[in-house]
Amino acid sequence: MPDGNQAAIGQPALRIDGRAKVTGRARYASDEVVANPAWAFLVTSAIARGRLRGFRLDEARAVPGVLDILTHENVGGEAEKPKPMAGGDTTTTLESDRIWHDGQIIAVVVAESFEAAREAAHRVRPDYEEEAPSASFGSPGAEEEVRKAGEHKDYKVGHADSAFKAAEYKVDQHYGTPTQHHNPIELFTTTCAWNGGKLTIFEPSQFVYGLRGGLAKQIRMEAQDIHVVSRFVGGAFGSRGAATARTAWIAIAARRLGRPVKLVATRDQGFTIVTYRAETRHHIQLGATRDGRLTALRHEGWEVTSRPSQYNVSGTETTARVYACPNILTKVNIVHADRNTPGFMRAPPETPYMFPLEVAMDELAVALRMDPVELRRINDTGTDPATGRRYSSRSLMPCFDQAAERFGWSRRNPVPGSMREGDWLIGWGCATAAYAANIGPAAVRITLEPAGKARVQIAAHDIGTGAYTVIAITAADRLGLRIEDVTVELGDTELPAAGLAAGSSHTAGICNAVAKACAEIRARLAGAATVTNDGPLIGLDPATLTLRDGALHGPGGRSEPLARALARVAPGALELYSENIPKGLPPESIDKAYQGQMSMSRGHSREDVTAYTFGAQFVEVRVHERTREIRVPRAVGAFAAGTIINPLTAHSQYMGGMIWGIGSALHEETEIDPKAARYVNDNIAEYLIPVNADIRSIEVIMVPERDEEVNPLGIKGIGEIGIVGMNAAISNAVFHATGRRIRNLPIRIKDLL
Amino acid sequence: MRPFLYEQPASTPEAIGAAARHVPPHGEGRIQAPAQYLAGGTNLLDLMKIGVSHPPALINIGPLRAEHGAIEADASGLRLGALARMAEAAEHPAVLRDYPAIAQALRLAANQQLRNMASLAGNVLQRTRCNYFRDPSWHACNKREPGTGCAAMEGINRRLAVLGVSDHCIANYPGDLANALAALGAEVDLVAPDGTGRSIAFEDLHRLPGDTPHLETTLRPGELITRFRVPAGPWTRRSLYLKVRDRESFEFALASAAVALDIGGGVVRDARIGLGGLAAKPWRSREAEAVLKGRRLDEAAAGEAAEAAFRTAVTHGDNAFKPELGRRTLVRALLQAAEMEI
Repeated sequence: MPDGNQAAIGQPALRIDGRAKVTGRARYASDEVVANPAWAFLVTSAIARGRLRGFRLDEARAVPGVLDILTHENVGGEAEKPKPMAGGDTTTTLESDRIWHDGQIIAVVVAESFEAAREAAHRVRPDYEEEAPSASFGSPGAEEEVRKAGEHKDYKVGHADSAFKAAEYKVDQHYGTPTQHHNPIELFTTTCAWNGGKLTIFEPSQFVYGLRGGLAKQIRMEAQDIHVVSRFVGGAFGSRGAATARTAWIAIAARRLGRPVKLVATRDQGFTIVTYRAETRHHIQLGATRDGRLTALRHEGWEVTSRPSQYNVSGTETTARVYACPNILTKVNIVHADRNTPGFMRAPPETPYMFPLEVAMDELAVALRMDPVELRRINDTGTDPATGRRYSSRSLMPCFDQAAERFGWSRRNPVPGSMREGDWLIGWGCATAAYAANIGPAAVRITLEPAGKARVQIAAHDIGTGAYTVIAITAADRLGLRIEDVTVELGDTELPAAGLAAGSSHTAGICNAVAKACAEIRARLAGAATVTNDGPLIGLDPATLTLRDGALHGPGGRSEPLARALARVAPGALELYSENIPKGLPPESIDKAYQGQMSMSRGHSREDVTAYTFGAQFVEVRVHERTREIRVPRAVGAFAAGTIINPLTAHSQYMGGMIWGIGSALHEETEIDPKAARYVNDNIAEYLIPVNADIRSIEVIMVPERDEEVNPLGIKGIGEIGIVGMNAAISNAVFHATGRRIRNLPIRIKDLL
Repeated sequence: MRPFLYEQPASTPEAIGAAARHVPPHGEGRIQAPAQYLAGGTNLLDLMKIGVSHPPALINIGPLRAEHGAIEADASGLRLGALARMAEAAEHPAVLRDYPAIAQALRLAANQQLRNMASLAGNVLQRTRCNYFRDPSWHACNKREPGTGCAAMEGINRRLAVLGVSDHCIANYPGDLANALAALGAEVDLVAPDGTGRSIAFEDLHRLPGDTPHLETTLRPGELITRFRVPAGPWTRRSLYLKVRDRESFEFALASAAVALDIGGGVVRDARIGLGGLAAKPWRSREAEAVLKGRRLDEAAAGEAAEAAFRTAVTHGDNAFKPELGRRTLVRALLQAAEMEI
């Protein structure tokens, strides 16, 4: 790791914004103060398919305090539909009279108070022309098509079909995963305020420039006339990508009223006004030799999407390259139903697609009478089997070995049902986790003051991950300052552009940009210090100078204070703007970031190497022999993700991923009424997620890994991999406890009776 | 918001007087009454916010806790004031020692914050969690709007009832305490708007849905629950409440069992059995009790009792697993209770 003293990177550091968050000073979007706001409340459709003949609004208008009611009839022409970041076309809201899905925004009521807006919204009477909707897979009217190549592609290596037919050992099974929703704890909010022709938007966002660029197109404005602010975000998980269906209408409502408008959508509306993880189905065929080597891998997936969208997550791009296999065939199908358009949710491709692969691997291990860890070892590879490219680094087996050791895996009796304590059957299972190492472009402005303080400004996003802190750590490390001397400003389109906080790419993207800017500062200070006559560093090779402890140091103990070195290049503070375009991305990717378009170098589609994070996850489940409750007393995860900037927040993030994985495997499912195509449990009382009592011991092992090819700082990203192996590890543990192989999630009491 | 009248009486006569002013002549048993008593508010305020309930008047009986909040136990039994908090009853030494099924039913319900707010009577009257009932955007719900049908029958009904259901409603009673009170043969003390008191068996407090699922209780208009009385018996100490659910805590029961046993000379002299999560109302299974009387409580006897308890079960697709889960829950509870050291 060149060009740094590593004083801060890799050392656990408390969140620099922690105090503000726990004292309520951190301003989330709806906390931002605007003058005299009116309140909006959304009216959403109670049918999943049809048209709006019109509305009866008299009762709603009669509610005291009502100021305005927006419907397609009065504002429909004022906005284009939002463009999602993937999948092309999408559903509309007030742009037309069409109803595409349950819970679609069909009107916006604006009133003097939240309560008045809500009451009036309940009194809006839509006149529906209903059509019979299709809910999901297998529903009458659902349309299936083969996914066209474009954003994603399929793999064909060798001859998977014939190799499978000829294989000595086989797994040939079908699997399924349910609809899931993000439910970030901060509700979906939008506040819009106009000042002349300029618009300010406060909204929780993973991509403020994306929100700005998308909205500008929607309401036909110049992007620079829109200012988006999103300083703190109470969880996002993919649900706050770019333009959303609600934002334009709140902006239009504020313009019509000549007054700021605030929307805080309800929890149940959060199930239908943003994206979600669509349900998937899978067919996996594995062929193997007697000694466990894979000879065939065929993975076909089916994903639900809305009527107009081609959105799909295509997790076969990961499952095709996890294990050495000479014959690979993948295929993805999409099924259009009367649903809202799905979108990214924590490890969007891997959470649903690694589940079937890793359960199938466990089934293969059982068929081969082989330890599942050994089966992974036999099929480990340093070469990406889908492309033949080298992995930049791959520590899958060190992860398995360290996690197995910590877990006590060697004490496992492989016979299902053989381990128990009292009335509880004990099951141990494991699975591989894998996630592509991605990175996006970013620009940053750093201001360095003589007093040894630095300010870092970047339109990055702290979605709860600790982005403020990793930026401060990186700047402190590279400028030789203390972390507390670095202030960080994020989440604002008046700051230099950064990409989308998603795909576990953000820390890599923003920290590499910060490190590059710091290197440029160091080079300027070193260059000046070595060529002027007034200091101790004269004549030294500028490349040998480092910033450390508030001073510029050269070899032989020669150094000078930062203030003196700085005074040479800038009369006051030094302000430096820098852009970082990761290897493999085109030069225009920074411009695209400013325009709000996503560009990301993905670990599975690089020209030079394949870059992936790997991990291994082990789980113990206990199943009551009679009533079949499934509990998870402990889980161990080991992950190798290159450089870890802040082990403290990284640990939390891995843990959070594993906890979510327990919920994903055992609790979470959005239930859809099969006839009405409407969500039924759209609240977090009945959409279950783990509570404290469900989570006992979660152990995280960070396996050291150095990867100089993935990006200059060697960061692979950790945001998603913690969830990836949990679904399968838990299903495999349930099999070990009970002898019952459950191939559809979530696994519940009803599946084990 | 929808305006409503809020009254805060200082005494029971004032409270029932306030209710009497809002009572229509023929409204017996309607939950959607013109006036509703408000205690902890953990269910009623929730229902008002989601648009299911909109009473024109709320009568806050919180201030009457001094009158109706006591928990007392003596040789004749346990008396639970209607306005005692769930948390108070769950932690009361006499309840913990002599009526463990009641303490456990309370402790396994909701979470500590809710138990700190919710009153016992309010908890007993808590309404179904059927999502089709709780979301007014669903048109068909005979419980919410009589005559509109039942969307749950062919919909998502994994959590809904298999006992006591009708062709009009399969909503389940979601609570826990009530199943223990039903099992233990509790009585309910009531006071009417004219000041007269009466007592009814707890089992008669809730109605079966039949063809009037919107009528949930036998309370008369304006009637106020003041107390629950649980008779003492040799079975109360050997009692427990077993709650089975996918999540470890803070979830309504998929199935639960309240059992109380009097065992002597190796045989069951008397048994009290309640079931929760499975039925349209708090459920006492006399069929299961009858199987056990005079028998040695072993796996076979418990199994027969469980068979008897679910002989009349009716399922609707998603909830087809519930009779089997209910049987297993009851067997586990019975065997566990038989092994209790008292």
